[in-house]
Amino acid sequence: MLTKRPPDIKGSEITDEGFYMNRRQFIATTLAITGFASTLSSTSDAGEKLPTIKRGLSLQVVSRGGFSTDEKPTSYKDATSYNNFYEFSTSKEGIAELARSLRTRPWTVTVEGHVKRPKVYDIDELLRMFPLEERVYRFRCVEGWSAVIPWVGFPLGEFIKRCEPLSSAKYVEFITLHRPDEMPGQKTNVLEWPYLEGLRMDEATHPLTLMAVGMYGEVLPNQNGAPLRLVVPWKYGFKNTKSIVRIRFVEDMPVTAWMKASPKEYGFYANVNPHVHHPRWSQAKERRLGELSKRDTLLFNGYGEEVGHLYTGMDLKRFF
Amino acid sequence: MNLVKSAAFIALLLPLVWLVCQALTTGLGANPVEKVIHTTGDWALNILLITLSITPLKRIIRWKGLLNLRRMVGLYAFFYATLHLMSYIGLDQSFSWEAIMEDVIKHNRIWVGLTAYILLIPLAVTSTNRMVQRLGIRRWKALHNLIYLTTAGGVIHYLLLVKRDMRRPMVYASILIVLLGYRLVVRRFNQR
Repeated sequence: MLTKRPPDIKGSEITDEGFYMNRRQFIATTLAITGFASTLSSTSDAGEKLPTIKRGLSLQVVSRGGFSTDEKPTSYKDATSYNNFYEFSTSKEGIAELARSLRTRPWTVTVEGHVKRPKVYDIDELLRMFPLEERVYRFRCVEGWSAVIPWVGFPLGEFIKRCEPLSSAKYVEFITLHRPDEMPGQKTNVLEWPYLEGLRMDEATHPLTLMAVGMYGEVLPNQNGAPLRLVVPWKYGFKNTKSIVRIRFVEDMPVTAWMKASPKEYGFYANVNPHVHHPRWSQAKERRLGELSKRDTLLFNGYGEEVGHLYTGMDLKRFF
Repeated sequence: MNLVKSAAFIALLLPLVWLVCQALTTGLGANPVEKVIHTTGDWALNILLITLSITPLKRIIRWKGLLNLRRMVGLYAFFYATLHLMSYIGLDQSFSWEAIMEDVIKHNRIWVGLTAYILLIPLAVTSTNRMVQRLGIRRWKALHNLIYLTTAGGVIHYLLLVKRDMRRPMVYASILIVLLGYRLVVRRFNQR
């Protein structure tokens, strides 16, 4: 559901869980009915389009999802003005302005590969498919800076269930849009385009892994990977694919964009680890955006309890 | 002449003034420490290259007054390089000598950058007229050829630290190569 931008909601104003659960069921039912009705109309020959969700519009967040940290979120200003999005530029502060050229409608997400239900989804279909949760996650860039972001989205695992992957599907690939006339950085060779990233199946279906459609209670700004991006909080930022157009289920470990660019420096797993350093800089510490002093980096970005078991017995230095 | 020198003095101070103004008003963005380190480093390199282009420029437009300017510009490069090093030590590493030692030993870009800075120190110290007299013009000139090594060190430091986009450091490298090339050609020409 969409409303005009409301005043910021204080934590104290968040209603208690009991009320939310009932409201969630009600909204889910309403959305299901609306979604069904929309499907009917969208298949009509009259060519009725699904109503689009515009940038800056607030999202109806149904619940504050689990795994949220109590740490203070990074300011909206910092989170939306300091971005790595090489599709536009390698200069972090120029992205917000350049990303205005990105057209996020019409937008489709193609699910393909080793699945029972390959399909081309319209983004507005995806936005209505699941009740939206807010998850306040830590974010850690491989460069050594970090943030705390209140993402809005749905668990990737839930979406994968709908896709019905075959047993041969061992990995999931995520592919970003390739549109050089809107994304000027794609005219350069800084990375191979379109941007490709991937996760092991168990990482993709882990409850922490989020398909984000918003942040700070609003639709994702272009510079943060509108209209759909991946959030895997225990891995370095470059694994969090932005502006996704394709989700492909594959048998073999994908060779990602950064692995191709610099295989000795960027690996497939890219788990946040203060003991496994980048060849050219240390990963022992990080600087939180908006803060002056550095802080210690946490193994798995502090999500070790939730994801450690995925890597038992794995040599984290070898599989970096 | 005094007017040109005064104008240059003010112009070369502007990058720092701008940085301070931003810090006090709009702020330095989401990563202020990075902003300070990058800005001071950029300007150290920019001004080193400007210093290196003064003698070739003097040959072309034949104005000896430029040499007077060269000392001030060179010292400004040392000034920004010092600010850059201080920002690294104080803002980035919070004066932790342990962390700095580790960084110097383990990471090439750090010891290369530090070496480039250390090479600047004798140049700054011997920049006075007195020093030129004490050393004698030939030895002084020989010592001050170090500026090419220092600038190369700065450029390599930059090349080693960029994540992936080498374009800007390569531009600096190209300018340095052209300036060095010009000097070598002139030297060859004079020896004939």
